[in-house]
Amino acid sequence: MFGKLSWSAIPFDQPIPLITSIILVLVIAGTLGLVTWKRWWPYLWNEWITSVDHKKIGIMYVLLGVVMLIRGFADAIMMRTQQAVAINAPGYLEPEHYDQIFSAHGTIMIFFAAMPLVIGFMNFVTPLQLGVRDVAFPTMNLVSFWLTASGALLVNVSLFVGEFARTGWLPYPPLSETAYSPGVGVDYYLWAVQISGIGTLMTGINFVTTVLKMRCPGMSYLRMPMFCWTTLASSLIIVAVFPILTATLAMLSLDRFFGWHFFTAGAGGNPMMFMNLIWAWGHPEVYILVLPAFGIFSEVFSTFSGKPLFGYRSMVAATLFICIVSMMTWLHHFFTMGSGPAVNTAFGISTSVIAVGTGVKIYNWIFTMYGGRVRMSVPMLWSLGFIFTFVIGGMTGVLLAVPPADFLVHNSMFLVAHFHNVIVGGVVFALFAGLDYWFPKAFGFRLHEGWGKASFWFAFFGFWITFAPLYILGLEGMTRRLQHVNIAEWRPLLLISLAGVGILIVGALCQVIMLVVSIVQRDRLRDDSGDPWDGRSLEWATASPPPFFNFAILPNVEGEEAYWGIKVKAIESQRLSEEPDYRDIEMPVNSPVGFYTAVFASVTGFALIWQIWWLAGLGLAAAFAGFVVFAWRDVHEFHVPADEVAKVERARRAQREALLERIAAEESVPA
Amino acid sequence: MTDHPLPAAVETVRRVREDPHRLGHRGHGHGPVEGAGHGMTGPARKRIIVGYGFWIFLLSDIVLFSCFFAAFAVQRGATAGGPGISQLVEMPRVGWETAALLLSSYTCGLSFAATNARNLLWTQIFLLITGLLGLVFVGLELFEFIDLASRGITPQVSGFLSAFFGLVGLHGLHVTLAGLWLLTMMAQLQVKGFRPEVVHRLICFNLFWHALDIVWIGIFTIVYLMGAVA
Repeated sequence: MFGKLSWSAIPFDQPIPLITSIILVLVIAGTLGLVTWKRWWPYLWNEWITSVDHKKIGIMYVLLGVVMLIRGFADAIMMRTQQAVAINAPGYLEPEHYDQIFSAHGTIMIFFAAMPLVIGFMNFVTPLQLGVRDVAFPTMNLVSFWLTASGALLVNVSLFVGEFARTGWLPYPPLSETAYSPGVGVDYYLWAVQISGIGTLMTGINFVTTVLKMRCPGMSYLRMPMFCWTTLASSLIIVAVFPILTATLAMLSLDRFFGWHFFTAGAGGNPMMFMNLIWAWGHPEVYILVLPAFGIFSEVFSTFSGKPLFGYRSMVAATLFICIVSMMTWLHHFFTMGSGPAVNTAFGISTSVIAVGTGVKIYNWIFTMYGGRVRMSVPMLWSLGFIFTFVIGGMTGVLLAVPPADFLVHNSMFLVAHFHNVIVGGVVFALFAGLDYWFPKAFGFRLHEGWGKASFWFAFFGFWITFAPLYILGLEGMTRRLQHVNIAEWRPLLLISLAGVGILIVGALCQVIMLVVSIVQRDRLRDDSGDPWDGRSLEWATASPPPFFNFAILPNVEGEEAYWGIKVKAIESQRLSEEPDYRDIEMPVNSPVGFYTAVFASVTGFALIWQIWWLAGLGLAAAFAGFVVFAWRDVHEFHVPADEVAKVERARRAQREALLERIAAEESVPA
Repeated sequence: MTDHPLPAAVETVRRVREDPHRLGHRGHGHGPVEGAGHGMTGPARKRIIVGYGFWIFLLSDIVLFSCFFAAFAVQRGATAGGPGISQLVEMPRVGWETAALLLSSYTCGLSFAATNARNLLWTQIFLLITGLLGLVFVGLELFEFIDLASRGITPQVSGFLSAFFGLVGLHGLHVTLAGLWLLTMMAQLQVKGFRPEVVHRLICFNLFWHALDIVWIGIFTIVYLMGAVA
């Protein structure tokens, strides 16, 4: 009746997951209770859960990403603590528990923290920068989000019901085959990632179409802001490689469920085929994450230097270069597989070559600052921290790209330090920069500057104190994923690393305090102008927060840096552009289909994990029924009357008039 | 029911000539085209966005198939003492399968010609024929699998057989799901008629069906023809 599911799946004998899950359940129940008690359900349902507004979906993605980032960070704290105490000692985590923690840490950080955060920014920013009212497929966008959320839910359920994979964040066979991983851990991994992967693929399709087919008049390719280019490149990679992930995980599922032999150690199975397939997805995946991060830095450097981005066209070329070459380097993840010198050399060279594209970008950012009026605001601090951190991470990466050197440090802590160096220094720093940069656009008030700066400095030094020792440990021969170590000389470095985690925790607390203080002081931090940073792209032409239709009239772009052009024109002529004729606007209607998808995807995923076949069948039938009902809907869009558009737009114009007067007053003051 | 009698093809030609965007016929450098999403004139029209997005999806679906093709290529010789490819191929049945599927692509094209002519009856008739031919294809494939299983040839035997059943089965699954989609479309068309969104979906369905045909040609060649001469 319930497949493999029984009461023994609940970890009554393991205090850490049990207490964590009890707390988690209480927090969730408390939140739901509060929402019910305050009668917030109608608001939540109408304004968020069913909303097809790309800005709200983006915010929900970011929220999901932040929650999962905290969960993944908790795993990281446990790992570093364990390694610091388990020197010639067992530590406090059993090996099988420790193995689940490092697997969950990697899976969560990549799939459910970094991806939702990056996609959240793509959602929030791209349509605004392109000067349009929504993405190409608004309802599909909502479904994408809910599929990602379902995957995240399944990962968290594994904490309480059953177990998670012990195989690392990529379930290498034959270890991940039924013979060696008979539990449901790998199945949780497979279905959580499979479900969220389909959501990501839909996002990729959506944004390729949005950037290529949905731009405001005059927005030709070479007038698009850099972030839009990186969204396009990242989405193109998603479309090209996420099906590989789907196929690979489907093959592993067939092996596990039905005893097929794609990757088994015997009967003609080929484990190395798994390595090739998974990294043909996995390596481009890091560029899916880091390219939008580069886009965020490009926006920040140019805005806070008060200059156009240096070498815009070379930046576009470098982005597309990375987009293509990212798919030609996957084999460097297993140089030690023994493909022979010719193959290893080819992939060593392609890996080194991709650094050229990144190098172009680094120089462009530096030259953007050169001669500019640089403002050291919080986003700029993260960006400068990124340049320093990422360059070092990139250089250790080029070192690893040399096959003979890679043989020495393969799967060592050196590797762990390297990829944290590029992913934290590249992606996470960008996300914090972007959070501070676009927060006023999303919520109408800025984040507190002092706490923001404090959190940067703690994070920056915390990062280096955590990971610099790991480089040394790796060179001294410490391999990754060790539950305990037997070499007492490593103790000081492991303790320094743990101290670094402590500093990172302080940095995270500063972020929380920053958020709380900013909300409390929101009236003082209010952005009345819609343009708090003296921005250059079209999102700053809207009010903060923008109306749900973004633009009353689609802007007409006349050159690069669309909004900068409009702004300079207005300042020179001392008045805004002529007030246009307002027309009715058609906007897509809200849809419960996303939430519905989440329900059946979670149920079906859970049923497949525990092999409750009737429930899985029921879930799929419900999916089809939902698909038909959705396809039958008659109302797709609703009209926003011209009067309402005019009312909203005139309020924005009043803000702009005020801004214009303020600028004029400042300029008339003799220097 | 209809304004235009067959032959639908004549009507189609007229509509293509009158296509304001001259899609696929436009010379380069002739200035911006309204509603085509080329940047100068604002967002593209819905029909173009839907079609474009679906093409992108098809590309991703072809990547999915290419992984299974790759697995088949890698594991073609990994028979683990079990049967090889030449013991699996039964040419006459595969020939009938292929004929049914290729013919269904033709009838699918005819259904869209009728859609362009806004002829409900002929659209439905040709969609029905398409679906029946798809059913013949899936049925023959199912018989093949049952037949193989009765001879003890199952995916659990070897890496090669896993790759074989994986690749051919994935295509069969696609055709089955496409058939389900087709039935839904026929019902929707009957109830709602040629509304813009219904026509957009018919365009997507046509693209999908033809893409599955192209994938089958790859399977027919690489798995069956090359297997027969192995």
